[in-house]
Amino acid sequence: MERTNNKDHSLLARVVLVAFFSILSLIVFVPFYAILLASFKPGEELVRYGLNLRLDWELMSFANYRYLFTGITRAGAYIAHDYLLWFKNSVVLTVVQTILTLLVSAWVGYGFAMYRFRGKNFLFTCVLLILMIPFEILMLPMYAQASSMGLLDSIWGIMLPYLAHATTIFFFRQYLTSIPRDIVDAGRVDGASEYGIFFRLVVPLMKPAMSAMAILVGMNSWNNFLWPMLVLRSGQKYTLAIGLNTLLTPYGNNYDILIAGACFSIIPVLILFLSAQKYFIEGMTMGSVKG
Amino acid sequence: MRKRFAFLYDQKVAPYVFVLPFILTFLIFFLYPVLSTIQMSFQEILPGMISNVGFKNYQRLLGDRIFRTAITNSVLYTFWTLALLIPFPLVLACMLNSRSMMGRGFFKASLFLPVVTSVVVAGTIFRLMFGEVEGSLMNSLRALLGLSPIKWLKVRQTGFAAMVLMACWRWTGVNMLYYLSGLKGIPPEMYESADIDGANVWQKFWLISVPLVKPTIIYVLTISIYGGLAMFTESYMLWAGNSSPKNIGLTIVGYLYRQGWEQNRMGYASAVGLVLLAVAMLINLGQLRLTGVLGKELD
Repeated sequence: MERTNNKDHSLLARVVLVAFFSILSLIVFVPFYAILLASFKPGEELVRYGLNLRLDWELMSFANYRYLFTGITRAGAYIAHDYLLWFKNSVVLTVVQTILTLLVSAWVGYGFAMYRFRGKNFLFTCVLLILMIPFEILMLPMYAQASSMGLLDSIWGIMLPYLAHATTIFFFRQYLTSIPRDIVDAGRVDGASEYGIFFRLVVPLMKPAMSAMAILVGMNSWNNFLWPMLVLRSGQKYTLAIGLNTLLTPYGNNYDILIAGACFSIIPVLILFLSAQKYFIEGMTMGSVKG
Repeated sequence: MRKRFAFLYDQKVAPYVFVLPFILTFLIFFLYPVLSTIQMSFQEILPGMISNVGFKNYQRLLGDRIFRTAITNSVLYTFWTLALLIPFPLVLACMLNSRSMMGRGFFKASLFLPVVTSVVVAGTIFRLMFGEVEGSLMNSLRALLGLSPIKWLKVRQTGFAAMVLMACWRWTGVNMLYYLSGLKGIPPEMYESADIDGANVWQKFWLISVPLVKPTIIYVLTISIYGGLAMFTESYMLWAGNSSPKNIGLTIVGYLYRQGWEQNRMGYASAVGLVLLAVAMLINLGQLRLTGVLGKELD
């Protein structure tokens, strides 16, 4: 008697839970559905009737996407736009910034994890100090500095201040302290130099930490908005986030390309997420337990 | 040639070579700029003319009503995101973690999905969803309830709600994941013995889950405060620029941006930035003290 009762109870709980999460997921999905739908409709329709969930096959076509990829508008004219350039710029920035940030930060994190040296505690306190200061508060002095160093309007201006990235250094240091020092000592016995040990023995061991941080750094770089907006001047160098923002005018005259472009910009991250979900989740949650 | 640099291979020198990139970054992009900002905050900077004005910029800050609006907005935004994004994802995580749950991976992924959109894209979507035309998504919801359309983003309460809702949409799934990874560390035997003692769901939640994921709660709290006070892009996208009607979406960072770039008052903007930096450092030091990281010897 007791047992069947229990079973009924857990069946009911299961149904309620699954129903609840299904509804929640549907609600979460609505904005995605709305923008996907809108990307097939004419921009003026969007201005007049707003973003809605109406499925109107007569209005929907691939015209926005054709304009996005070929520059041929709905009316059949050719009007050049920079979307594909922005896309390329974003991809280049994200890839280069991710690789360099991981390398430089691992390099520094290794120094903090494996050596004892004078001034170490002071320096690591500095890492912790700027770890928690939002960049946004520092943007004015940083901008002045980048400007005086001639870094404005270049991809280096965006990347350079962040290559030795406090958060990433901190995680790598934490990760490396769990690696046995015997490996390093064994390397020394074998006659490897301090740097040879890092590149040949330690970097291969850091793969899991690297992939998790790659997701985090890469996502931040792909979505970064304020700093690139301050640094970049010429439309030719814009990243996707900044370029899309310039299309968002109150007049709605660019909505054809804005909506399709916004929609398409989700796809690379989405594919990456679906194929490397494990690393995404690891990267995002890495700090929460140990930290 | 190699001999001249041989000292770099010394075991005593190597650690400094390793941490050098950080030292340089710290000096070039933090310390020096901050020092020069301190100097600028005592100046009035006009094209081709710099004059020392003493504490005038700071005095002005005290009587600046718009600065106060910006602070109120940022604090209020932080408050609401904390109030919603700390407890609810924890409850969701516990529900997802329950033995009766099915399709855990699927629901986890689908709630996490919004964070893969950039703020720029999410802001564009929400701006249009909360559009003032009759057919916009939120106004059609009102129509379903028999209400007339409203101008969501032009009214303080609804505009603010749109901002908070967007934050919830993007971050609920992420915070839930943080909690799930915290819950994973709780041995299932604890729940089993609670079952034997006849504890109900609520008791298990309050007496086992909450106390044991406390480190995760503190972590989520920390990053939420950080994110809330630094918020800028959300508001910038929602109102298609830094100016919103009656400054309902103006944040601290937005104010800094307005003074420094839009109105080009570098001296005054420096004072604003430094006050904020001081506040951030204080919060930060308090945090490090509380969690006991500061003052602890390394390794």
